[in-house]
Amino acid sequence: MNHWIIAPIVLPAVVAPFIIMVMRFHRDLQRVFSVASVVALNIIALVLLTSAMDGTISVYELGNWPAPFGIILVLDRLSAMMVMLTTVLALAVVLYAIGSGWDTRGRHFHALFQFQLMGVLGAFLTGDAFNLFVFFEVLLIASYGLMIHGGGTTRLRAGVQYVVYNLLGSSLFLIALGTLYSVTGTLNMADLAVRVAELPVEDTALLRVGAVLLLLVFAIKAAVLPLHFWLPASYANAPMPVAALFAIMSKVGAYAILRMYTLVFGPGVAITDGLVGTWLLPAALLTLAVGSFGILGSRNLARLVAFGAITSMGTLLIAISLFTPQATAAALYYAIHSTFTAALLFLIADLVLERRGGALVPTPPMAQSGLIATLFFVGAIAMAGMPPLSGFVGKLLVMDAARASAHVWAIWAVILTTSLITILGLSRAGSILFWKPHDASMAPFPRPEDEEDAADKDPLLAPEPVPGLAFVPVFALIAALVALTVLAGPVMRYTEATAAQLFAPSDYIETVLQRPGS
Amino acid sequence: MEILLASAVGILTACGIYLILRQRTFPVIIGLSLLSYAVNLFLFATGRLALNQPPILNKYADVSYTDPLPQALVLTAIVISFGMTAVVVMIALSSYLSARDDGINMTDKGGEDA
Repeated sequence: MNHWIIAPIVLPAVVAPFIIMVMRFHRDLQRVFSVASVVALNIIALVLLTSAMDGTISVYELGNWPAPFGIILVLDRLSAMMVMLTTVLALAVVLYAIGSGWDTRGRHFHALFQFQLMGVLGAFLTGDAFNLFVFFEVLLIASYGLMIHGGGTTRLRAGVQYVVYNLLGSSLFLIALGTLYSVTGTLNMADLAVRVAELPVEDTALLRVGAVLLLLVFAIKAAVLPLHFWLPASYANAPMPVAALFAIMSKVGAYAILRMYTLVFGPGVAITDGLVGTWLLPAALLTLAVGSFGILGSRNLARLVAFGAITSMGTLLIAISLFTPQATAAALYYAIHSTFTAALLFLIADLVLERRGGALVPTPPMAQSGLIATLFFVGAIAMAGMPPLSGFVGKLLVMDAARASAHVWAIWAVILTTSLITILGLSRAGSILFWKPHDASMAPFPRPEDEEDAADKDPLLAPEPVPGLAFVPVFALIAALVALTVLAGPVMRYTEATAAQLFAPSDYIETVLQRPGS
Repeated sequence: MEILLASAVGILTACGIYLILRQRTFPVIIGLSLLSYAVNLFLFATGRLALNQPPILNKYADVSYTDPLPQALVLTAIVISFGMTAVVVMIALSSYLSARDDGINMTDKGGEDA
């Protein structure tokens, strides 16, 4: 068996307690080990990516129990891609957290960060539905800690809401899994796929209930419209580097939708045929619309970026809900783009928040205003999907893939209109933040009364000048977006191969259930 | 027995959801616990209801056994919900101590009419 597959889960699981127990009072050692762990994860992810690139599906049987009975980890193209994406993002975020000093504003940042990575990577690699639930819980419980990192009344309030909402989601997840188990008698995803396909269509009401409940759970994680309202409050009040890491968390929901509804309840399965896409498409369109209105209406930069994250989930889920190989390939490309973009904008928002607070009202010019304005401009172009960067390519691919759909006009209209609204909202925010301060006719400025920044006025939490290291990950993320644009061809070939693999699940099922590789 | 278990799950869920919709953290946490009990009972029932049967396959005697997997799932779910309840209590406590108010809402006025 190829033991590399479990390394992305074991490494953070070992490093995190090590950080807590051995070096809880050594800030520099914590930083060294945390960065070293993330770099090692990047290398492991690269190894996994190269081994999955030729289409091999590798299975890792925990405790060497054969597949339907034991828990398994499965590495295919999709998992490898998501693992790589997570580790690259994690490297940028951990460097920013160190560079900006965020990791010193509370305790155990690095340990929680490692646990969060363990949960996310585990969720991408597991091939067992109940194990997916367990990894969801791991990533959530770490995210609760990260979300309230640094403290402050508003952040704690938002933290309580976030925790309660996600606990509700977890209960729903368990009910969905119980329903699936009671009908099929298995929770292994490949085995589920076999059993579901064998069931007669007449007596599967319970199975459909399970499928829809499961969709609901993943929709909560992915912040699809009627269930999105936890996201702006949580992301806007979380520390911004943490919000940047959370950009991958909503992708976990999208990944789970893609995995379950191509493998188990795939397009070929008569029982749930058309069930998911029919509901997901309008919800995704509404998500995109509401997200863009949120961008236009936000009075706080952090909320604005959080709504930006919602719009990107909307576009992503539109592409996923079509459930065709072409649309899925486009969705995967857009997932890479939107993760980097959301993280980039959250980090830029933090640079702004550290200097002047997040309220979108004119204030005196901040330090390094020109540089940050340029960065924001680049980030806004990526978010809105304007030509030079990969957002344009991504949206173009999604729209091209939608041409075969019956709802092509609705999809095109919503994507194009919301792009315009997003551009408007982002330019409004940009001009308030970076131009108005230089408008001579506007002086003198009153200092904005912003209760959300009360924590920053605490002398212990007084913002230090951000040193140069904080800018490195921001530029690195921009470089990643440029690379994604330039290398769009190879990346698309990979995502197309991934989509082809997803829509031919028999390979996956046979590899998992007959263990020829071990 | 089916009626008993089904109504227990139903009543626990209903009470849990009612309490979660309250505006103070304390009833919300109680509601979450009730909901997790309901979920645990439900998970337990997914292995079919059986009385006095061990969850172990006996290879020396031909006795019937009950499905052990839901029991393992319930055990995992209990541990996780226990840990989660502890976390939410701590976060709610620190929120209460920081804001001097037990409300769930983000605005300062929230929670007064609960």
